Amino acid sequence: MARVVVLGAGVAGHTAATFAREWLGKEHEVVVVTPNARWNWIPSNIWVGVGEMTKEDVTFELDPVYKKAGITYKQARAVSINPEGSSSHDKSFVTIEYTGQGKVGQSEEVTFDYLINATGPKLNFGATPGLGEGSQIGENTVSVCTADHAEHAAHELKKCIEKMKKGERQKFLIGTGHGMCTCQGAAFEYIFNIEHELNKAGVRSMADIKWISNESFLGDFGMGGLHMKVGGYVVSSRIFTESLFAERGVDYILGAHPYKVEKGKVEYELLDGSKGEETFDFAMLIPPFAGQGLKAYNKAGEDITETMFAPNGFMKVDADYTAKPYNEWKASDWPRTYQSPKYKNIFAAGIAFAPPHIISKPMKSPNGTVINPTPPRTGMPSGIIGKTVAHSVCDLVKKGPNAHLHEASMAEMGAACVASAGKGWLDGQAAAMTVYPVVPDFDKYPGTGRDTDYTFGEIGLAGHWIKHILHYLFIYKAKLNPGWTMIPE
Amino acid sequence: MAKPEEFNFAKNDKFNTAMIPGRTARFFRTCKIWQLIRFIAINLKMLVVVSKSH
Repeated sequence: MARVVVLGAGVAGHTAATFAREWLGKEHEVVVVTPNARWNWIPSNIWVGVGEMTKEDVTFELDPVYKKAGITYKQARAVSINPEGSSSHDKSFVTIEYTGQGKVGQSEEVTFDYLINATGPKLNFGATPGLGEGSQIGENTVSVCTADHAEHAAHELKKCIEKMKKGERQKFLIGTGHGMCTCQGAAFEYIFNIEHELNKAGVRSMADIKWISNESFLGDFGMGGLHMKVGGYVVSSRIFTESLFAERGVDYILGAHPYKVEKGKVEYELLDGSKGEETFDFAMLIPPFAGQGLKAYNKAGEDITETMFAPNGFMKVDADYTAKPYNEWKASDWPRTYQSPKYKNIFAAGIAFAPPHIISKPMKSPNGTVINPTPPRTGMPSGIIGKTVAHSVCDLVKKGPNAHLHEASMAEMGAACVASAGKGWLDGQAAAMTVYPVVPDFDKYPGTGRDTDYTFGEIGLAGHWIKHILHYLFIYKAKLNPGWTMIPE
Repeated sequence: MAKPEEFNFAKNDKFNTAMIPGRTARFFRTCKIWQLIRFIAINLKMLVVVSKSH
């Protein structure tokens, strides 16, 4: 019997665990270790954040789903990995600390034959003074990163709307809270959903809405932007994003690194080295992501964290991590199998793997402050990577250590993304986009780095319908309801 | 007389150089029949990209 342990139950971890359970016989065990009791469809958190959905609409209890599937569920956080075992036994194990199931604070060593690290990001609010402490959000801003954060954001938004109805002008600041953030898409969706809600409430004219971002241009989205064919032209995502901001009257600050947040005020440095400050009544600033801070030890108990993990806490896999200048970056730098180069029974999936470098053009202010988006690894790529890694692990279990590993390079996969710009079956809008591949390959597609036959985007009500339907479809799939394997990631 | 969709050009220098949709473009964005056609077209395009990525 083999035991496959999956750390994390987000898009990548849940996908990997459920497919591993589906493909492995009952003689093998699949264990999920996650500190959360509930699964969260994170893309819909933005609708919770404007009061259009509730926490219950976007989350569900994991325990009954894993019971039904035959997956061993441990509500705990992973603390460390011992890939070689320890002085007392040879079996690889992970040390966990319970966060629920009546064992809060208890530690346990969970042995494994194969490990999939899909721990997702640590929300590093503490990276910006005033934004929060460690992974805890502070009191100065709100967030939509978790369903609980989003519910709080909706509550604060409601208070602002009440003030505007009484004639008090309000200033909204939405975007990224650090120079090295990713996930601009979530903030983008949130700002336009707020704008949509303010229109619906009849108070748009009482609001000043501003975007602040570490992107050097609108529409970068951590992917260096994208080009698409529209009306016989091939145009940059910058044109379309600028158009949406101008149409909705949303001003913006770009290339910004917020370095201090206080009540009602953020101070930032720009790419040109200048400094500025912006006041606000309501701010939603996405924190930067870091790895979960897992430690690793060898058989002798020596710390090998630096061997297994990059300095930002993400796990090293089969990528080319050689430091090189931007013009020498290649699509082939990106990982294909997500296997640890040193420990062949350990894989990483989703946000947990360390990217070889960013995708956008690297930028620094004259003061040496790095201000550029870090690469997105969420949503569809996360799901595909989780499924691919599960496929490899199942083959290793069933066919032996020489089994062929499955591949899913982000430089060869596309992504479909639907960014909401307002919720409503009749008046909602969303930007529906596909990008192929996610990581540009300038050798294969000189000029844009991507195949413009498969990279497109348009905004409209149809996009909203798609996003809303995907909400129900992916929750249906995550609950492992009949036919779930037929629904693509 | 300026059309309502053109007011934003004057609000800010950044908006002044952007492309702002006119009344027809905005109408089609929420026109139910046209959006139903686009819904089918976008889904087909997405399915192609999804199938190329698995």
